[in-house]
Amino acid sequence: MDVLHHIFVDPFVQMAQAPDLLVQTLWEGLVGGILYALIALGFVLIFKASGVFNFAQGIMVVFAALTLVGLHEKGVPAYLALALTILVMFGLAFSVERLMLRPLVNQPDIILFMATFGLTYFLIGLGELIFGGEPKVMIASELGLPKGSIDLNMLGGFISLQKIDIAATIIASVMVVSLAVFFQKTRIGRALRAVADSHKAALSVGISLEQIWVIVWFTAGIVALATGIMWGARSEVSFALQIIALKALPVLILGGFTSIPGAIVGGLIIGIGEKLGEFYWGPLLGSGIESWLAYFIALLFLLFRPQGLFGERIIERI
Amino acid sequence: MRAPSESDIAAGEVLLAVENVSLSFGGVKAIRDVSFDIRKGEIRAIIGPNGAGKTSMLNVINGFYTPQEGRITFRGQTRNKMRPHDAAAGGIARTFQNVALFRGMTALDNIMAGRSLKMHRGLFWQLIRFGPAMAEEVEHRLRVEEIIDFLHIQHIRKVPVGRLPYGLQKRVELGRALAMEPDLLLLDEPMAGMNLEEKEDMSRFVLDVNQHYGTTIALIEHDMGVVMDLSDRVVVLDYGQKIADGTPDEVKKNQAVIDAYLGVAH
Repeated sequence: MDVLHHIFVDPFVQMAQAPDLLVQTLWEGLVGGILYALIALGFVLIFKASGVFNFAQGIMVVFAALTLVGLHEKGVPAYLALALTILVMFGLAFSVERLMLRPLVNQPDIILFMATFGLTYFLIGLGELIFGGEPKVMIASELGLPKGSIDLNMLGGFISLQKIDIAATIIASVMVVSLAVFFQKTRIGRALRAVADSHKAALSVGISLEQIWVIVWFTAGIVALATGIMWGARSEVSFALQIIALKALPVLILGGFTSIPGAIVGGLIIGIGEKLGEFYWGPLLGSGIESWLAYFIALLFLLFRPQGLFGERIIERI
Repeated sequence: MRAPSESDIAAGEVLLAVENVSLSFGGVKAIRDVSFDIRKGEIRAIIGPNGAGKTSMLNVINGFYTPQEGRITFRGQTRNKMRPHDAAAGGIARTFQNVALFRGMTALDNIMAGRSLKMHRGLFWQLIRFGPAMAEEVEHRLRVEEIIDFLHIQHIRKVPVGRLPYGLQKRVELGRALAMEPDLLLLDEPMAGMNLEEKEDMSRFVLDVNQHYGTTIALIEHDMGVVMDLSDRVVVLDYGQKIADGTPDEVKKNQAVIDAYLGVAH
């Protein structure tokens, strides 16, 4: 009885008693969740359009951030470095299409998946070769991102919001909304959705798969760059950062591999769930919940709703 | 994009010709040394028993398959193979045997996707979405609405096509092909799986497209009544080979065709 009380009653009593702490925890979770959502978004873009599960999305985040910081270290002004990094991400998208996707067209999915492993290690090597392996500090203030925090006196306590987190939330929201509009309302967005639905029908109306692949990899690269800047500003820019890409997996299982809203909602659920779990239930289990709760939630989904919250139900006719 | 203008081939002249085309998949010969032509303005039927190579032929014409041998001449340009993009850009549109629509998109978006090659504003304007890209969007939307009216599918404009009944899906697919304003329209069993009423509707659309827009049509169809009524000329394939070519009446009386369809005593 005592155990059940600790699990099902106590945490909620705590939440009610200290609403300021609850709000603080929710906020932290929200910010973490937005970053997960951004990484998952990069996966979904590429998976939808080319059916490739891009293992390299995590390293693309690191590579983009590293390029930005590295260029600045070499004396390039911050905004110019940002522009150049965007150019580099375009170059990467173009090369991936030419050198990886095109020669492997019509190969089984597992081959393409393995190729993205290769891409991961190639980018790690290239990044280390050019910019070195030691962790770097994100040039957040040079890029005009705010520093410090806002302390709100409310709910009988203090709630502290990091300004960089607020900026991250705003930038991520703007990005997601503009991507959604781009997908829904423009010719190229329509072509992207068309390719995601049927390659042969897309070809028959003259949509070029090659061009679309470059565009989605470039878009995923831009999303990776934004993620890298935000995440790098919260901790540091190092190759260890690519591990967070693994956190995108439970997000994708939750949201469905083909759904953009799914990636966002999934990211938020995982982010907030992790923080709440860690804060309120962590002491019961000796903490460390943050590192596995996401996978546990994903496992539950796999058991009861394998297509995720928003994924298409797979119905195979036999 | 489209080098020779539409008017350079007069009605009745050869618009597309395949010569000595052979196609095999590993050891399976899908098409063996087939030649025929499609003249501008006609409705050309391709018929034959199952597995005769009809769909393979359409796939060769619009570039999905690359034949091992043979040539394809389209608008006077001869080549060994088509590429899907060149075919689409050159004015060849098609529909598919098992309906290949963009299932997650609305009927309207599906048909708008058919305008892809006609819209030219680049990524930059697309991102901004206002100004020229918006004007272009509106202009093409007008054309698409005409097609929607023509096919009587106003009521399902905003419905995701995955939810539509089969007959309407086929109509949307035809709409998407028409949105390309093609010179040559390839229809792969446009009436398959339809009831009598739907077949009659579809036949009327095919005839209207041919007469009002002057679109040349090549169609595969199993319903002989439909084929004989609609088509100007018929080519008959059997086991990948051409066994007859001519007007519906000629083909009907051809002994090889009768044998292929009814079987022959050995």
